[in-house]
Amino acid sequence: MDKFTTLTGTAAVMPLENINTDAIIPVTWIVNYGRDLGEGLFGVWRYHADGTERTEFVLNQAPYRDACILVGGRNFGCGSSREEAVWALLGFGIRCVIAPSFGDIFYENSFKNALLPIRMAQEDIDVLMRDPAFVAGAKLVVDLETCRVSVPGGSNGIAFDIDPARREALLQGFDHIDLTRQHVDEIAAFQAADKARRPWVHAPGKGE
Amino acid sequence: MTPRTLVDKIWDNHVIRRLQSGADLLHVDRHLVHEMTSHRAFDSLRKRGIGVQSPDLTFAAVDHIVATLPGRGEATNPAGLPFIRMWRQNCEEFGITRFDIGDPRQGIVHVVGPELGIDLPGCTLVCGDSHTASNGGLGALAWGIGSSEVEHVLATQTIVQTRPKRMRIWFEGALGAGVSAKDMILYVIGKLGTAAGVGYAVEYAGPAIQALPVESRLTICNMSIELGARAGLIAPDEVTFAWLKGREFAPKGRAWDAAVADWRDLHSDDGAVFDREVTIDCTQIAPQVTWGTSPQDVVGIGENVPDPAAIDDPVRRAAVERAIGYIGVTAGRPLDGTPIDYAFIGSCTNGRFSDLVAAAEVARGRKVAPGVIALVVPGSMQVRQAAIDAGLDKVFLDAGFEWREAGCSMCVAGNGDFIPPGKRCIATSNRNFESRQGPGSRTHLASPASVAAAAVSGRIVDVRTFSGSKS
Ligand code: SF4
Repeated sequence: MDKFTTLTGTAAVMPLENINTDAIIPVTWIVNYGRDLGEGLFGVWRYHADGTERTEFVLNQAPYRDACILVGGRNFGCGSSREEAVWALLGFGIRCVIAPSFGDIFYENSFKNALLPIRMAQEDIDVLMRDPAFVAGAKLVVDLETCRVSVPGGSNGIAFDIDPARREALLQGFDHIDLTRQHVDEIAAFQAADKARRPWVHAPGKGE
Repeated sequence: MTPRTLVDKIWDNHVIRRLQSGADLLHVDRHLVHEMTSHRAFDSLRKRGIGVQSPDLTFAAVDHIVATLPGRGEATNPAGLPFIRMWRQNCEEFGITRFDIGDPRQGIVHVVGPELGIDLPGCTLVCGDSHTASNGGLGALAWGIGSSEVEHVLATQTIVQTRPKRMRIWFEGALGAGVSAKDMILYVIGKLGTAAGVGYAVEYAGPAIQALPVESRLTICNMSIELGARAGLIAPDEVTFAWLKGREFAPKGRAWDAAVADWRDLHSDDGAVFDREVTIDCTQIAPQVTWGTSPQDVVGIGENVPDPAAIDDPVRRAAVERAIGYIGVTAGRPLDGTPIDYAFIGSCTNGRFSDLVAAAEVARGRKVAPGVIALVVPGSMQVRQAAIDAGLDKVFLDAGFEWREAGCSMCVAGNGDFIPPGKRCIATSNRNFESRQGPGSRTHLASPASVAAAAVSGRIVDVRTFSGSKS
């Protein structure tokens, strides 16, 4: 997996709660096999029906076309489990989402793809957003080593919490399947023992 | 022994090892795969050069992008064709049992899992779809996962998870006439909000839950994700066992007896501690209909759409204003009487036999209102056949409903069935998000009976004013 250490760049702000994965990547893009998911990011909000851009949408405006950080509202990424939501964000160039809370499945999917989801209280987000240097430049620095988000040329920033194991996996670029496959023997042993304990689980539809 | 919750009992049974991170490596007893979210996982598996760890514990359904038009084939929805072919090829190559187009067992993955007895009490069950919690209605610990996790489960038959917090929602009091399981869960989501369950597994319990038949329990657990919870479940009981017995993949003979003996212990012990407990009085629940673009935007049919001006929290106020504007309803006014263009009966929430019975009872002897397009899409081909055997297809067709083959259809609008921009649909599915049923579509969620009543009335209506079927 790709690593994540630090990231500096433009942050687009979408102060809406419950931005769901259907909005992040509409199903029409998913079922169009081979289509670039990054183009479909927020498809219905980003384009008119004829495919032209809606100029009022944040990601269609300079400098946010080059955003690599997204700041959202409560319960970001709720709804459908579609990992395409994460792939669409990455396809557009977003590597980090900051929000007060996340849908559980989206949160999990993000880590699997080296997209950093940062849980940050709304008050703290507001502090960053009101920093004069942010107002002027719309840029943020995300440092996973020190677990801080700051504004370049601005204040010292805000610390964030993250599970240490998840942080380590991102910093090192661990592959989750390789990690688990270190335990293949234990998995086989569990299955063998469980077969004796709960035989019906291991032989669907069978009699013994 | 310390009293344990149902979730903890199932969890403890599946821990292979505690990892350094504090998460657990859990065994996955059942893995269900569908055509929309699985292909990248299989591709990646192939690249790694590894196979499926336990193909016997893996089952596959085609549902999300499959056409539901009568007589459909794999190419009826051309966009779905590459997905269906990749799914079929992957099942063949990795030795996975599949329920394909033309198979009498085909259907929506969360309808098929329980109905074929793939889903069992006390099992861990995962699927690359957020409504996997449906399976908790039989007493399984079941939750939705993303594609990377699908690949992990295929490769290892395990999943890495941190033990969730436990919430119990206790339902007491009797349901009123015209009120169903769908109304119960919408009511709860309206009261607690769509983020209440984040980080939790939810156990639904209490006398009003025990009184429910299995299919209603599946409906309640289905919408756990709309509460923010990945998993929701109900302790299995005699009703569960009787419902499961004899199903294709349920245990047989002595294995069945041993399983049932084991399953009788699957309940939260007296004194088990929950991180959060909520009590719901079912006598307070009216038929529910959503007015906005989140499942928590819901009211009883007699109540008014909220007035944003009365909301203090600025983020919430903005969300309510936006939702009202999008859906095109009036703040401070009731939903009752709102004209509709489409009615959709189906999905993994309400596409089971009892749901079709409830809708048919209202539709019998009546006609779909002029100008309204109404679809009945059974959740599975078995449900469809049972409905035909009971004569329900005729009831719907006589009333002017379309009678479809099984699939997700207008729930996710990925198979060619969709609501045109600006049109209003009342649906038995589970999501009323902006554009969920097609770009610009407007969705109201409700129960099967409420949707049938709206279809024949041409407007959102209180189903309780319908006095039984008209025949
Ligand atoms: S019916 Fe809807 S919610 Fe259920 S599995 Fe299909 S798309 Fe998902």
